[in-house]
Amino acid sequence: MSDVVEKTLTALPSLLSLDSQPGSGKLSSTSKLGNLIRGITELTSKHEEEKLIQRELSSIKEQVASPNTSMRQMKELMVRAIYCEMLGYEASFSYIHAIKLAQQGTVLEKRVGYLAVSLFLNESHELLLLLVNTVLKDLQSTNLIEVCMALTVVSQMFPKDMIPAILPLVEEKLTHPKEIIRRKAVLALYKFYLIAPNQVQHIHNKFRKALCDKDPGVMTASLHIYLQMIKENPEGYKDLTASFVTILKQVVGGKLPMDFNYHSVPAPWLQIQLLRILSLLGKDDQSTSEMMYEVLDESLRRAEMNHNITYAILYECVKSIYTIHPKAELLEKAAKCIGNFVLSPKINLKYLGLKALTYVVQQDANLALQHQLTIIECLDHSDLVIKRETLELLFRITNAQNVTVIVEKMLEFLRLSKDDYTTIDLVGKVAELWFIETMNTVFSLGGDMMQPDIPNSFLRLLSEGFDSTEEDRQLRLFAVDSYVSLLQGEPGRLPQRFLQVISWVLGEYSHLREGLEPATTLRLLAKLLDMKHTSSETKSWVLLAMSKLCEGPDCVSLAQELSERHGGSLDTVLRQRVQELRHLSEDAELRASVLPRDAAQEPLEVDSSLSFLDGFVSEALSAGAAPYKPPHQRQEELAQAKALSLEPYGLSLPISMSSCSLADRQSPTLLSMSSGLSGNSTDLSHKGGSTTLKLDGVKRVWGKDGYLAQKEPVEESAQVEVPSPLCSPSRQGGADSTHSQTPTPTPTPEPEKEKQQLASSLFVGLGSQSSVCLMGKSEQTPQRFRRKAKGQGSSSGASEQISNSHYSTQSTVDNLLCNNLLDSTVTSDLAVSTPEQTPQLSQEVATTNGTCDAEQDLIEETDPGNSPSLIRANSTVTADPPAHKDPDRPKDSCLSSHLPAELAGLSHSEIIPLCSSQNLDLSACHVQKEDALLLVIFIENSSDSDIEQIGGGEKPQCVGVPVFPDGEEASGSRGAGWDGVLPAAFWGISSHAVLLQTSINQFHQVHCFLPSDLLLSMALLTQSMLVSCFCLTSLLFLCLGRPLCVSTEEYGTLWLAFSQDTKQNLALLNDGQDPLTATLDVLKNKLQLHVVDIIGAEGIVACRLLQGQPCLMHCRVHAGSLAVWLRSPVPDLPDCLLYHCQRALQEH
Amino acid sequence: MMRFLLLFSRQGRLRLQKWFTPTPEREKKKIIRDMTTMVLARKPRSCNFLHWRDLKIVYKRYASLYFCLALEDQDNELLALEILHRYVELLDKYFGNVCELDIIFNFEKAYFILDEFLMGGEIQETSKQIVNRSIEASDMLQEDDNSDWYEVELFG
Repeated sequence: MSDVVEKTLTALPSLLSLDSQPGSGKLSSTSKLGNLIRGITELTSKHEEEKLIQRELSSIKEQVASPNTSMRQMKELMVRAIYCEMLGYEASFSYIHAIKLAQQGTVLEKRVGYLAVSLFLNESHELLLLLVNTVLKDLQSTNLIEVCMALTVVSQMFPKDMIPAILPLVEEKLTHPKEIIRRKAVLALYKFYLIAPNQVQHIHNKFRKALCDKDPGVMTASLHIYLQMIKENPEGYKDLTASFVTILKQVVGGKLPMDFNYHSVPAPWLQIQLLRILSLLGKDDQSTSEMMYEVLDESLRRAEMNHNITYAILYECVKSIYTIHPKAELLEKAAKCIGNFVLSPKINLKYLGLKALTYVVQQDANLALQHQLTIIECLDHSDLVIKRETLELLFRITNAQNVTVIVEKMLEFLRLSKDDYTTIDLVGKVAELWFIETMNTVFSLGGDMMQPDIPNSFLRLLSEGFDSTEEDRQLRLFAVDSYVSLLQGEPGRLPQRFLQVISWVLGEYSHLREGLEPATTLRLLAKLLDMKHTSSETKSWVLLAMSKLCEGPDCVSLAQELSERHGGSLDTVLRQRVQELRHLSEDAELRASVLPRDAAQEPLEVDSSLSFLDGFVSEALSAGAAPYKPPHQRQEELAQAKALSLEPYGLSLPISMSSCSLADRQSPTLLSMSSGLSGNSTDLSHKGGSTTLKLDGVKRVWGKDGYLAQKEPVEESAQVEVPSPLCSPSRQGGADSTHSQTPTPTPTPEPEKEKQQLASSLFVGLGSQSSVCLMGKSEQTPQRFRRKAKGQGSSSGASEQISNSHYSTQSTVDNLLCNNLLDSTVTSDLAVSTPEQTPQLSQEVATTNGTCDAEQDLIEETDPGNSPSLIRANSTVTADPPAHKDPDRPKDSCLSSHLPAELAGLSHSEIIPLCSSQNLDLSACHVQKEDALLLVIFIENSSDSDIEQIGGGEKPQCVGVPVFPDGEEASGSRGAGWDGVLPAAFWGISSHAVLLQTSINQFHQVHCFLPSDLLLSMALLTQSMLVSCFCLTSLLFLCLGRPLCVSTEEYGTLWLAFSQDTKQNLALLNDGQDPLTATLDVLKNKLQLHVVDIIGAEGIVACRLLQGQPCLMHCRVHAGSLAVWLRSPVPDLPDCLLYHCQRALQEH
Repeated sequence: MMRFLLLFSRQGRLRLQKWFTPTPEREKKKIIRDMTTMVLARKPRSCNFLHWRDLKIVYKRYASLYFCLALEDQDNELLALEILHRYVELLDKYFGNVCELDIIFNFEKAYFILDEFLMGGEIQETSKQIVNRSIEASDMLQEDDNSDWYEVELFG
């Protein structure tokens, strides 16, 4: 405190005599705010409240705008405005006045001003720029309270790019004589470190000074920064271990001033912070761990069980002990501690005990065995949170023998759970422990909410099968049986995804079941077609399955009947499927060749160029046929031919199903989607890829016993009696007694018996003898079945396939370019490897993906300017984060932290390692700016030696390449760490080659900035980089599309001005009340479109590419689908947008 | 690190909100809604910890007011409960036997106290005495010119 303030404090008693209470604010209930609050509490309806607040707001608005309002009144007005905002009403007019108040008011008014600013404005709000000068002034103020306020506001919501402006002043405060200022300065720097680490890099030695500060408060504050830095790079701070240990020793020994005590426990926050740091330092490092054993032991001993805060310390201690290099003696104590937690009657402690058990059970399964009865009790706990945590624990100890019971428990929970997030999580877990019957339940309960990969992977597993053919046959047979019985029941209640799975399985495998007439199955399937809520997507799955089945005279007549009934369907896809069905049912030979049995595994060779049609085409051409024109061109000509077209839509264009009917065993979904790329024949190539179903990564939890067992799970669990150390004779007896009539040797009460039985089935195979059985759920292999499915290359998700296809078609072009480059410029023999060639590297890709997703989540929160939906759209190509930390993680977050400050808050793609040589690591990502797309290349010096011009050490450097718009000098070249900036001039969605070519040429220009060998490797890797960076050009629109805000009138003018147009029918979403709005909302969110207007059944939508070319879309609900008409000045834009619309709707 | 702190009444009315990481308005509204429904649905004497997305939620009820704090994965839940408790202690010391009405009518004071206690999502000062001293020091300046303020009230 300043001396002035201290003097005031001594005068306190005399002042207080006026008002005996320190919190004299109570008086203000007579103020205007008090009136407002009382007014609101007297109201009865929300409507009245709204009226009152609106009145209040307009009065505030009037007063703040008046020049006669003094700052003091302004302060009072601001408090009222804050109150209105807290109630959820917007008072944006007051924002600027809040800043003014912070600027011009006296200390007290300033305080309210700053508070209002920090509550009203977000980090990215443009008005914040106006605050910078105020903050600068206050930081330099001699009034300590002002300095404190400035530091507080700076740590609360300061815009990133403004940090450099105030950084020197904040740094200066580190040496301030008053400890409270030093402490706040350290915390402010911590905040800066979190949002823009590269900007505070140069003050690392000052952090060290803060760590050694004589005031323990300042030291505590500096630990936040150290925790963060050690998390990112534990190796760099091993030398500090001894210091941290000493500090902790002193704290535990009660050497700190009494001020730091909390309920007579010395500085618990500091203790816990130190414990966390120590566990990070000691992880996988024996010698470092050895230094801390003593102090950990001491902490455990000192923290007597009497208060919540000591439990908190104990819990942290236990976590540390299990994280660092193990020491038997400590582990024993920690285990005892966990036991106390689990057995505690306090529910919070029980919860943490379970959590700790979950954490340690991988190392020590016996610990779970010791507490099995408690765990069983928790499993039936009335509190869902406890229940869920118990399931998490069980999930970790799942093995081949107890899986049945555990899955059953999980499903039970699933039935109770209402929360989407939990459902998705749990469905994922169950899916990992899956088998058919469980899957049936999962499908029916999880419904359409689950990720599409789950059914896909399920089918994949089914078709690829296990090692033995007999097993496969049985599994499939079982699936067929169970599905037939499901269909005979009440199929109307099954979710669409499940129906699709059922149809596929029946189509493929129902012939395995002897005695099951194809006609019976057909009828069952046909029933699905007539159900009201069956979606057209499901219908085409059903019809496809029927085409596979139709055999014999019965079927022919059924097919006839169907074709009559559905032949007139408005859905073109359905119509086509029905026709196929009819033809194939009549011609058995054709069917056998088109749809061979059991061929799901054989890779289909797809001629993506459709060369087999060449003969046909040339014949037709020579016979005088017109050459092929893409649909939009045809439309255009059609439009030109008619002088006057009053109808906004011509005949709805049949979707070009170019070759879908031949490529069987595809999800019909994919086909109708790819048909959107009219005239682009290359997009078929991915189908070959997806038919060879990949199974790598799907864990085969289910051996022979697994799925056979599930018919009678209880018996199974009882029969498998693996001697577990804790299975006493009495318990085994208890387990047996329910099945057989064996008398129980020891008379146990009934509920107890049940529990014991459950325990023996749950914990079977956990003991030390059978520890081999422990499934590998270690941290290194978070093999989530559903996650894996999304991973690199193994996905059957539409997006992945699309990118694959583009990749394959493009790679030839790329290679060519690359070779040219090699010929002309390359003379060095720098060892370069593309990610695809180096398994180790590609693994790194996989791991980095995980982190980036997490990163994106973060960005989603940090940057409101970026529509979150965009990020979500992106994340379809990235993998979900691994469930647990993995060792590579810090590295990536480290890289992303090196993004230049002005880019750090923008959403960026995953950082992809491009190549590494002996001394350089290259990685890249693309960053989406408001008006540009930047390609950022990270150059990291991985060797010990310095490389000239790059700078030594481990600091990664960034090179930014603006990709769009044309030729513009990169706007962000001023940031720190930018070595060179390349203008790039190219444009074109379809001209991939141009894109690559230009970029490679651009890299030559970098020569002036960077060492040549580095450049060389960069140029060499442009290919893989661009391919991966842009997630392929097909996704370009996702990165480049921006909403175009126009009025309806402007829209009309633009519409008439554009020549290129395309028409198409899109699927309409039916989940909302208003299908049109729902559909447009989805498109808007996913593709950053701007919905200009919705009138009745028609809607108009506009977007553009960055600041460039616009594209307009006119939508109309027509016969259950969405007829869209797109116009743009650029030929390829409508097609591209259309394609993405289809994808967006499908993914939805 | 803490992500946000919410105070709301038994009826689900928001009394105080503090966001330690930048959050878009829409997201804030959604979080507030989720938190109130989730926390208010909890039965008494059940566990004070919840999961929400990837965050840990620690809540505690003091009289008619719920205190709800969101933590990141690595943070210590029990410690968070103590943070809430210490905040309540601070409010109590400042207002003297604090009740919900104190926080409703003087919410800006509650914010000031919070700012002295937490900073940037981390605990800044754990000592009750020191926090109160700095709050009172700032308040002193306010008391000085209280009389003028009343005049303004009368004539303004």
